Amino acid sequence: MALLELKGVTKQFGGLMANYDVTLSVEEGEIVGLIGPNGAGKTTLFNCITGYYKPTSGVVRFQGREITGWSPDRVCKTGIARTFQIVRVLKEMTVLENVMVGAFLRHPQAKDARRKALEILEFTGLAPRQDQLARNLTIANKKRLELARALATEPRLLFLDEAMAGLNPSETNDAVTMVRKLSEQQITIVLVEHVMKVIMPLAHRVVVLDSGQLIADDTPERIATNERVIEAYLGEKYRAASRSH
Amino acid sequence: MRTSRWQIPALLALILFLIAFPYLFTQPFLQRTMILIIMWSVLGLAWNFLGGYAGQVSFGHAIFFGLGAYTSTYLFTEYGISPWLGMIAGAVVAVIVSAIIGWPSFRLAGHYFAIATIAAGEIFAIIFRNWKTVGGAVGIYIPIVRGDKLIDFQFHDSKIGYYYIILAMLGLAALTTYALERNRIGYYLKAIREDPDAARSLGINVTLYKMYAMALSAAFTAIVGTFYAQFVLYISPNTVFALNISIQMALVAILGGTGTLAGPIIGAAVLIPMAEYTRVYLGGRAGGLHLVVYGLLIMIISVYQPGGLMAIYKQWRQKETARKMQQVTDAAAAGKEG
Repeated sequence: MALLELKGVTKQFGGLMANYDVTLSVEEGEIVGLIGPNGAGKTTLFNCITGYYKPTSGVVRFQGREITGWSPDRVCKTGIARTFQIVRVLKEMTVLENVMVGAFLRHPQAKDARRKALEILEFTGLAPRQDQLARNLTIANKKRLELARALATEPRLLFLDEAMAGLNPSETNDAVTMVRKLSEQQITIVLVEHVMKVIMPLAHRVVVLDSGQLIADDTPERIATNERVIEAYLGEKYRAASRSH
Repeated sequence: MRTSRWQIPALLALILFLIAFPYLFTQPFLQRTMILIIMWSVLGLAWNFLGGYAGQVSFGHAIFFGLGAYTSTYLFTEYGISPWLGMIAGAVVAVIVSAIIGWPSFRLAGHYFAIATIAAGEIFAIIFRNWKTVGGAVGIYIPIVRGDKLIDFQFHDSKIGYYYIILAMLGLAALTTYALERNRIGYYLKAIREDPDAARSLGINVTLYKMYAMALSAAFTAIVGTFYAQFVLYISPNTVFALNISIQMALVAILGGTGTLAGPIIGAAVLIPMAEYTRVYLGGRAGGLHLVVYGLLIMIISVYQPGGLMAIYKQWRQKETARKMQQVTDAAAAGKEG
């Protein structure tokens, strides 16, 4: 049984088909990359799964259980966490408090939530900044904090919406290492990413959306040579580059 | 905020001062002013649960104040039920009404919630003005009970009984705030204030927690409503369901600093004496002048210091800490050179 299953998920905004008939599944332990041009409906799909949008039609199943149209907090409780494309840290709270808010989901007592949060801050390398206000962090650390906060809810499935956008090469490297470490801890990961150099070596499988539709679902190697994907998203330059390798 | 060495002794001194106050200052005007300061501190703390921690600005809290006042007064005048029991009944009524108002209006974001609460407040004022069973626009006089017994919730020879009751309520509200800040609910409310969508992604049922905050806020406000009724011994829609009360509750908390324990108390300590003195000294010649002062205060706070007086204090402490650190490093540098 797949961990996450989408069947014919469609999301319509007035006349716009943001997602159309998307069917895909994510297996336990996978790292799945979700790519596609701007406006392809990647974030909309995230929102349909995590409860921020209700799909117009279609079914979302998690661990075999239908969760279509559940509210975001219920989705989180069932074991799916997410980060946001535009960071949404709790600005006037400290780094530790941010992560504690996440940890409270599984640890209702403040001292337990605190212990869990400190553990995660250690793991994500934010421990030295635990008393800083979240608004004073750099963009890279804000993204890291969002990830830490999501991890504190102890998810089985983690959605990362452009977790590496806007990071410099060394910060990106750290983020990639982090994703690998999470994967080793049995957390299944779906990431939206624009940086091909990041996605290709990291993902076990790549799913491509274009104009709301799923146009490819394959291994990174085969995606890189898929005619339709090159045409829709990667572009001719990418074909040339992959040939020269 | 970390507690510094002098904070705990200062707090103890303040508590002792508050307990000794009625014996140190025996003039009725001072005692009355102090009772009002404490009463508005409790109201500010009550408003703060919803408006400060959860960030849902309400201008309709007179609803709960009025419900507290009317419930205990009606039960006492009609059925002879003790105002102490009436106070609990009033809190229960306020909590139920808060859920009825909160459930639909928490779907509204930001300013629209504030507008909805103003509308709800006016609806209650109109209902009570026209509700003959509870005295209509005339209101209800509470029959005087002599003897100054605590059980009667009435004191005539001296105001000291009222003073200690409201002081106990302040203690309860302060302890509740202190506990909330260290508890899951407090963290969740702050998260909702900072970013409701992020809060949802962390498993927080935003509407439910806003309703918890409003229920807590309503219960404390209603309890003070009963206190006010027993203190003044006369209530009417124009005094207890007034928009003025809603605004002053918000203002006390905002002036002092929302989302903090000390803020609403400081706010009341600054605002209430000012209101009382302007009322007494200028009341005859320039009625309503204190309202002009309120308006100016709101403008000044929102332009220069949205964090209130507490934020000014925090900034001063940060500077002070930085200055001391600088001194230490300077001294170390000087030591090395020498």
